[in-house]
Amino acid sequence: MARALINLPRTARRGEVIEIRTLIQHVMETGYRPRADGSVAPRDIITHFTCLYNNEEVFSVELAPAIAANPFLSFSLVTAESGILAFTWTGDNGFEQTETRSLTVT
Amino acid sequence: MRRLALALLLLGATAEARESSFALMSPETQAMQREDSANPGMLWVEEGRALWESAGCSGCHGDVAGMRGVAARYPAFDGAPIDLAGRIAQCQEARQHRIPFARDSGEALALAALIGLQSRGMPISPPDDPRLAPALARGEALYRERRGQLDLSCAQCHDANAGRHLAGSSIPEAHPTGYPLYRLEWQGMGSLQRRLRNCMTGVRSEPYAYGAPEYVAIELFLMRRAAGMALETPAVRP
Repeated sequence: MARALINLPRTARRGEVIEIRTLIQHVMETGYRPRADGSVAPRDIITHFTCLYNNEEVFSVELAPAIAANPFLSFSLVTAESGILAFTWTGDNGFEQTETRSLTVT
Repeated sequence: MRRLALALLLLGATAEARESSFALMSPETQAMQREDSANPGMLWVEEGRALWESAGCSGCHGDVAGMRGVAARYPAFDGAPIDLAGRIAQCQEARQHRIPFARDSGEALALAALIGLQSRGMPISPPDDPRLAPALARGEALYRERRGQLDLSCAQCHDANAGRHLAGSSIPEAHPTGYPLYRLEWQGMGSLQRRLRNCMTGVRSEPYAYGAPEYVAIELFLMRRAAGMALETPAVRP
């Protein structure tokens, strides 16, 4: 499993705008680079990222080749109620990883 | 009193005269290094933390926080000059009786990054061991020796032309303050030896093999040159 770093406050006031930052370890091979033997390295990228807030999608991204390795994504969220945030990265070669964090809203 | 003030002034001047290549980076890249949640090097640190347990380091060394200050003291002398990566490999081979992680493999870099992080912010303090003197002299000679088809020495860029530009890139003063570091060009983590190999192929000379004593000698000289500067591991560089 890839290493992932997720940074968000543990608690927030209702209606507060919080910043969420995610970083995940991934090669993001473009599919255009020749290898030493002349053959082209097949594409291996993360294609999709979503963030679910209590099972409701609040943020999603389509990723493309030429996005740097170990992609860093930062976005903001308006808090409504306490619950679970689920972050899912999916990509080529069946890559799928989900991380969850709890958020307490006061 | 006046003499003391002058000494302090001189001390300040020499401290100011040296500059980490951190200062040459764009504000965006600086922010990336400063903020742990944005620093990709921390991914390797996290992997190192897992390895610290699974590879059995914690069995002898306990909590990794006990390694505070260690990275600031390398290369050291143990039969021969040895760098931190060499020490980790030696520990695995001689004490754990296992095949060490390959130089610059993800695992080796992860452990070195984790151990380096424990000394972040501490001044580089190379050991004052007289047995290191021959390697130190060798390192300085290698640093000043012209090499490759371009016939350039390290000193010609990093001493004589530091702060100026080579094509679009700033020439840093070559202080190894942040290794292993995350380099955007590499899209990954790398050691000082990888950086030195880059420079060697850059002047079209044949680099030494990974782990060669020449690298340890150069590192020894560079760390002595950077003595007192703060360690930045895991640094980010463009």
